[in-house]
Amino acid sequence: MSGDALTALRLRVNGVERQTAVPDHESLLTTLRERLGLPGSKNACEQGECGSCSVLLDGELVCSCLVLSAAAQDREVVTVEALGEGDTLHPVQRAFVDAGAVQCGFCTPGLIVSAYALLRANPEPSQLEVREALSGNLCRCTGYGKILEAVQRASREMYRR
Amino acid sequence: MSVKVARDLEDALGALAADPETVLLAGGTDLMVEINFGRHRPASIVAIDQVDELRGIERNGHVRVGAGVTYTRLLAEDTASRAMREASRTVGSPQIRNAGTIGGNIATSSPAGDALPVLAALDATIVVRSVRGERRVPFAEWMTGPKRNVRAPDEVVVAAEWEPAGGAQTFMKVGTRNAMVIAVASLALVVDRARARVGVALGSCGPTILRAREAEAFAQGIFEELGWDRRTRPDESACRTFGTLVAGAARPIDDVRGTAAYRRHVLAVMGARALARVGGLE
Repeated sequence: MSGDALTALRLRVNGVERQTAVPDHESLLTTLRERLGLPGSKNACEQGECGSCSVLLDGELVCSCLVLSAAAQDREVVTVEALGEGDTLHPVQRAFVDAGAVQCGFCTPGLIVSAYALLRANPEPSQLEVREALSGNLCRCTGYGKILEAVQRASREMYRR
Repeated sequence: MSVKVARDLEDALGALAADPETVLLAGGTDLMVEINFGRHRPASIVAIDQVDELRGIERNGHVRVGAGVTYTRLLAEDTASRAMREASRTVGSPQIRNAGTIGGNIATSSPAGDALPVLAALDATIVVRSVRGERRVPFAEWMTGPKRNVRAPDEVVVAAEWEPAGGAQTFMKVGTRNAMVIAVASLALVVDRARARVGVALGSCGPTILRAREAEAFAQGIFEELGWDRRTRPDESACRTFGTLVAGAARPIDDVRGTAAYRRHVLAVMGARALARVGGLE
């Protein structure tokens, strides 16, 4: 946006220190996608309704569209790109594929990050706990059934039972 | 536009004193939407989400919750208010509860702010501070209209305080889903058995959070009769009358989320249910 000053920004993203310059009004989502080459977090509602841009900020699940980049100086960000390594999928990603929880795929990265955050804190969530944990992520294709199944599958896989 | 991250409260107060047009950024769940949609481009922003002095929860006789405490923490930690925990659980989604703060609700003063009816029913006090000093405002005097309150431009909301009022309290909210819902109507009820006091407050049913004074007096009478210390459910007709009085206190409008008539209807239902629920609680 014209007239906006640039602020030098330093972040730790997926374990790596990154530096860039951002306009003062820019959201973390835009910075990740357009300046740091991390388009996994998706841009849809820009008002915290859809969860497609979910990331971990200092370990907490947030909508990156609601984080002002210039105010996130020196914070630690984990995006969906940090899950899995090369062609090896993270168990949450694998479970989404195996359960058929992906249709158009737009909401998938956000759901993967939310599911990852849930399973890290609660390895054996009940069906209701999964529903509540994913309540901030909208999917317009699947009807959610396969997504809930994928999270239970990932829980079994990650914690072997 | 300039952005500054306040290291401590003094830092934030100094910035506001120097430029009272400065806009404070806490969880970002309201302000960032305005910025993303280009509706609001403040010339100067001070982020206060890293200010430790705003993030405490203290309990020594009374309760003091720092303005920077998130809804996730209000859910997980003990603030001696069941209604506050219930209200916090209805806020947005995990993502929103991890970011949104009680101070944001208080400063934004939307009639739909979920924590606000609870603060009203608890007779909470809002603590604001500026370089000029600290001021304590009873919640009943805090809001002056939709998204309007008595905060001066150089003041920061630093905390909300309330007295523990026991377990006989609840929060209810009507919306189209259990999550991600801006209240169509909400209600908080506190029956403080130790102090023999009833507080009833309504959200999304008027230009400010409204107290249902007649309903409070009516319930007060019931508990005088039944005994404040006993877990007794007021009978069905008393609950219905209470609900009717609750609905009568509303000043609702028709808007995109619901009609005035629907809001009155759900308030009567919620009021009756809330009194029945709370009567059985300690």
